[in-house]
Amino acid sequence: MAAVSVVVEKLTRRFGETIAVDDISFRVSKGELFGFIGPDGAGKTTLFRILTTLLLPDAGSCRVEGFDVVNDYKKIRNICGYMPGRFSLYQDLTVEENLNFFATIFGTTLQENYDLIKDIYQQIEPFRKRKAGKLSGGMKQKLALSCALIHKPEVLFLDEPTTGVDAVSRVEFWEMLSRLKAAGITILVSTPYMDEATLCDRVALMQGGRMMSISTPGEVIRNYPLNLLSVRAGDIYHLLGELRSYPGMHSVYAFGQSAHVAFRGTGIDAGSLKVFLTEKGHRSVEITPIGANIEDCFMELMNTQPR
Amino acid sequence: MKTIFYIIQKEFLQVFRNKSMLPIIFVVPIVQLIILVNAATFEMKHIRISVVDLDLSSTSRKLVSKFGGSPFYQVRQTTFSYKAAEDEMKKGQVDMILQVPAGFEKKLICEGQAKVQFVINAINGQTAGLTNAYSTMILLDYNREVVMENTTPAMMAGVKNILTEYSYWYNPKLNYKTYMVPGILVLLVTIIGLLLSGMNIVREKEIGTIEQINVTPIKKIQFIAGKLIPFWIIAMFELAFGLSVGKLLFNIPMEGNLGLIFMSASVYLFVILSFGLLVSTITNTQQQSMLVSFFFMVVFILMSGLFTSIESMPQWAQNLDRLNPVMYFIRIMRMVLLKGSSFADISQHFWSLCIYAVLINSLAIRRYRKVS
Repeated sequence: MAAVSVVVEKLTRRFGETIAVDDISFRVSKGELFGFIGPDGAGKTTLFRILTTLLLPDAGSCRVEGFDVVNDYKKIRNICGYMPGRFSLYQDLTVEENLNFFATIFGTTLQENYDLIKDIYQQIEPFRKRKAGKLSGGMKQKLALSCALIHKPEVLFLDEPTTGVDAVSRVEFWEMLSRLKAAGITILVSTPYMDEATLCDRVALMQGGRMMSISTPGEVIRNYPLNLLSVRAGDIYHLLGELRSYPGMHSVYAFGQSAHVAFRGTGIDAGSLKVFLTEKGHRSVEITPIGANIEDCFMELMNTQPR
Repeated sequence: MKTIFYIIQKEFLQVFRNKSMLPIIFVVPIVQLIILVNAATFEMKHIRISVVDLDLSSTSRKLVSKFGGSPFYQVRQTTFSYKAAEDEMKKGQVDMILQVPAGFEKKLICEGQAKVQFVINAINGQTAGLTNAYSTMILLDYNREVVMENTTPAMMAGVKNILTEYSYWYNPKLNYKTYMVPGILVLLVTIIGLLLSGMNIVREKEIGTIEQINVTPIKKIQFIAGKLIPFWIIAMFELAFGLSVGKLLFNIPMEGNLGLIFMSASVYLFVILSFGLLVSTITNTQQQSMLVSFFFMVVFILMSGLFTSIESMPQWAQNLDRLNPVMYFIRIMRMVLLKGSSFADISQHFWSLCIYAVLINSLAIRRYRKVS
């Protein structure tokens, strides 16, 4: 394994009664693109705020590039880029003013690190005289990323960067991330979208403040313990209910226009299921065996592990 | 140093880009000065009186006309029924009832003394006190005339007369405006300093930009200085602007050294801005910050001696007032502008402000945290 960039050991943070981050440990290698997947309230933002020295941990330790988040926080602030989930640049300053401002307080200039942000900044450069508050969602996000990169950070923390951004911009954004990764920057990114997990080197699934699993997207899929059938029929609402009542069923959930049926081993036979559904009055039932994708895996992980 | 400069530059950009800021800086002082100075006056101009003259003699008429002729009084009602006069007072139509009893003239001439009655509406104690004082003066004046008329020069010679002459120092014409303008200027810079600075920092919390700032290596002291200096400059400018308006519109006296005013103002603003910073560390939204600042401002201003004299407050309140920065600065302003006091005269207030500044600023800086 390559050199380590981020080390988190037995990290815990409480807010009153709630345990936001519960005894988490993991390591991120240098130059890795590490994803955190989890529903709202899983503790992703808290974890990021601790790693970026905005929040103190209650227990456990974190090191970023060898610096402790509590004792060496000043050093971390020089080498980290942080893009919070909420757009938090000055809405009443222009694109250019925002960039220059953050460049100056990091003790650098836009020109000095222009190469790093060139690809991203060029897309918003035509609007450099526009106030940040007047930019579209995708452009705001590009500006925020440029500001987070302006001081050439070694580690980049992106908290739900693609939430509320259209599908095309999301794809573009992940392309930008892979270019940054190629430039040697360690990237930690959190997202509620499971499909984005496949774009990471490794993903951690978080739920209720705990780490459910950490592995590469390929491993996640390989370790899927069940078999899957995709079922299509006209009336999806009643279909889900009737599938759940079928014997040997492990789990059933809607997946786009179809229902995914998960079962162990050879518990369910596609032919007899079709007969069963037709008897129940469903027309044009289509059943196809499919391989699991990353979302199926996370659905399963979230189902099986107790909170 | 370059960082501080850049933050200041950014603040000014934002302040002047905010469309409501320019009117606040330029229009508010003029409007406040014009309205407050003319409205918040304690001069009694139109004391409305109701006259109940039951004597109707030439002596009583002379007394009544003495009131009627004074610019301070306005005879609203003349009646023979005390009850009718009292009804008017109940309705709030008159401020004072002057009752001359029947047989007033006769008594005065035969017995050498007679009584008249003032009934004063004392809902506002201060006005009532002034009304009473004015009325007594008129009565004394009248008394003297009566004595003169009824005594021969020979008799006069034997009477030792002590005449009191008044002269009012530092404000010879008792012009209320010259007294109010310096105080209201203090009010103005206080509002600018306290509200704007507190709200500005909280605003960064509200829109989340403080997070972005906090992850940068910027030092606490740089951030705070960058935040406070712009408002310090704006408030100082505001004071200069207000003084010019006061001079041009109200022709307020400037007896003392203006340098002393600005020197004290620079320390005073440091106190007020730090106070705003302190408020911003304990609040999370602009609304909260407004309310907290407003609460302190009202207490500070009411106890500042702007409208009521501090000497007439109870002792505990006077002791408590030592914690009121507004009080010190209003005193300094009035002393320097009206009396022409030198530094030695105001030094006690000045040093109090300095101590205050150091204490509250270190408290605010300690409270301000980049990490939660």
